[in-house]
Amino acid sequence: MSETPLLVIKNLHASVDGKPILRGLDLTVNRGEIHALMGPNGSGKSTLSNVICGHPNYEISEGEIHFLGQNINEMEADERAKLGIFLAFQYPTSIPGVTLANFLLASVKAIRGADNVKLLAFRKELIAQMQELGINQDFAKRYVNEGFSGGEKKRCEILQMAMLKPSLAILDETDSGLDIDALRIVSDGVNRLTTPEMGVLVITHYQRLLNHIKPHKVHVLVHGRIVQSGGPEVALQLEEKGYDELLKAHGLEPAGV
Amino acid sequence: MSSDAALLEEIGQDYKYGFHDGEEKYVYKSSKGLTREIVETISKQKNEPAWMLERRLEALDIFNSKPMPEWGSDLSEIDFSDIHYFMKANEGVEKSWDDVPEYIKKTFDRLGIPEAERKFLAGVSAQYDSEVVYHSIREDLEKLGVIFLDMDSGLKEYPEIVQKYFGTIIPSADNKFAALNTAVWSGGSFIVVPAGVKVEIPLQAYFRINAQNMGQFERTLIIAQPGSSVHYIEGCTAPIYASDSLHSAVVELIAEEGSTIRYTTIQNWSNNVFNLVTKRAYAYKNATVEWIDGNLGSKITMKYPAVHLMEEGARGEVLSIAYAGKGQHQDAGAKMVHLAPNTASTVLSKSISRDGGRTSYRGLVKVAPDAHNVKVNVRCDALLLDDKSRSDTYPYMEIDNKDVQVGHEATVSKIGDEQLFYLMSRGLSENDAIAMIVNGFFEPFIKELPMEYAVELNRLIQLEMEGSIG
Ligand SMILES: Nc1ncnc2c1ncn2[C@@H]1O[C@H](COP(=O)(O)OP(=O)(O)OP(=O)(O)O)[C@@H](O)[C@H]1O
Ligand SMILES: [Mg+2]
Repeated sequence: MSETPLLVIKNLHASVDGKPILRGLDLTVNRGEIHALMGPNGSGKSTLSNVICGHPNYEISEGEIHFLGQNINEMEADERAKLGIFLAFQYPTSIPGVTLANFLLASVKAIRGADNVKLLAFRKELIAQMQELGINQDFAKRYVNEGFSGGEKKRCEILQMAMLKPSLAILDETDSGLDIDALRIVSDGVNRLTTPEMGVLVITHYQRLLNHIKPHKVHVLVHGRIVQSGGPEVALQLEEKGYDELLKAHGLEPAGV
Repeated sequence: MSSDAALLEEIGQDYKYGFHDGEEKYVYKSSKGLTREIVETISKQKNEPAWMLERRLEALDIFNSKPMPEWGSDLSEIDFSDIHYFMKANEGVEKSWDDVPEYIKKTFDRLGIPEAERKFLAGVSAQYDSEVVYHSIREDLEKLGVIFLDMDSGLKEYPEIVQKYFGTIIPSADNKFAALNTAVWSGGSFIVVPAGVKVEIPLQAYFRINAQNMGQFERTLIIAQPGSSVHYIEGCTAPIYASDSLHSAVVELIAEEGSTIRYTTIQNWSNNVFNLVTKRAYAYKNATVEWIDGNLGSKITMKYPAVHLMEEGARGEVLSIAYAGKGQHQDAGAKMVHLAPNTASTVLSKSISRDGGRTSYRGLVKVAPDAHNVKVNVRCDALLLDDKSRSDTYPYMEIDNKDVQVGHEATVSKIGDEQLFYLMSRGLSENDAIAMIVNGFFEPFIKELPMEYAVELNRLIQLEMEGSIG
């Protein structure tokens, strides 16, 4: 008897501003699994992350998203976060005037319940996690993502993951913008944080991340649909051949035209 | 008709609370409307010197002769005949707690304002028992030679200082509401800081709240003598419930050579109040004046704190926030008048409009012909929380000298979907997310406040965003 999967997406159709992006997408992620999602620019990877997390600008026209057996189609983003869904953003936005520490305290309280958060313990935990991820403590006092370099933003996304301890973590191109050392530190961080109870969906364009974070399954998203799924070998093939064949097979223009 | 008879009649007309005998605990409330007799009564009740009565009467004439301002906000709803211009309430006088609007009570609850204070803030009791706290502070100040009194006592104890400076920074003829204030003023603070004295703790009107300082026509005069420094704080974040709908204060600051005055205001008038305040400072050689001004409540606010940079090296700063919710218009700004060379001014104005509220930044920067090497920096940021709300900027510049460095920047932004989603994806409810963004937006202001005010303001923003009040 297998337990309830973490995430089940069935025939998902979603649009933004009336423009269809996802066109019948299916995906299942179980506890303990790491899935990689690849696909050409504009194929809908970030859209999928946004839709899973409940971005209000994206509309689901058909299909269902289940999290731990519960249909979450209509749920607000904050409720989904409380259920344990986390997104490390491809482009983290800045919140001027709000320090990273205050922001994290508010999120941790929201997720764990205010009564379960003791200030001293929170501080200790924050400092420890910052150290693990090689983030200078001064960042706690800086405003969220304001003036952070690309790589610093990505590290801070993983810091948030570390503090919020989600059961499903979606990492949207967390590797982009990271230098070689940072890539290793951040990947190590993700591996360290990934428990057997967790599921991870890693969105990336490059094999190099998957050398660090080893996926059980790799999916290829093209034009709003998953057109190929398999083991780690799928990513290696893509690295070699690119998307042209897949695109042609689906009647789409190859890249670089 | 003898004015005494008229006076008696008037007292009778609105005789609500009764006289208490003994210890002069009498109560007086003028009838509504503004007449020469009322002005005379006020002066008489206070046992003022003749010159003050003259000032008042002269101001009354000016008030009557000046038309309503045609610019700024719509003030046509003010009914000058429907206002009590003078109330003298002593302890034991109780307006009923039941008269206080429900939303104000709720806010007190949520802000955790102590019982005794609530009643004062709601205008139910005239006294707040802070004598104990205040007493030790007062002794410290006395040792330093600092005068810190309510304006009425200031006039009694230091008539020659008051006479010398009163109305010199803001004469009655300055504007209709300055004239009104001069005619009927009551309460406010009178502060003189002796040369070289640096007052370390902020002087808070709060500590002597029983001294009528929160009247609706209060008059404040602060004089910082050479090389001294002082920080004055008035107001609080709890809503002040006013049964009369006009608050018209005048604040005059004099910063003598090398002195520093910081004047912090946080006001949250109930939303029936027209809040029309004239604030102006003269900053002399190498002096600094900072207005930290927070406008949260009221129906309409018109307030443009000014600094006249009188002599070389003077610096002026205005840092203000405004919040306008449903049915509110905050028309606020700053005036910087550079009259001397090598002077500098900075204005940072932050405003938020929500639920159809309107904010305006109205600013004037003036540089006199012989004021060279002047630096001016003006920045106003407006944040709209929805499509119904509105914000405008009216920056006026009159610059008559070429050797001037002027920076001006204005931004209007809407609260971002991406910011909201980012915060909500971390578990914050929509209201908490908005409150966090708003708090962040006001951060440059909030971080200038003493801790307890900052905490209160954060909480107030949280409440406002929940929309459960107002
Ligand atoms: N808010 C929006 N308004 C209009 N179009 C949008 C919006 N969000 C996404 N799109 C469009 O949807 C398509 C999919 O975008 P998405 O960001 O999901 O791609 P992606 O697979 O993450 O690409 P990349 O690899 O470049 O990150 C793109 O064509 C994009 O322009
Ligand atoms: Mg993307």
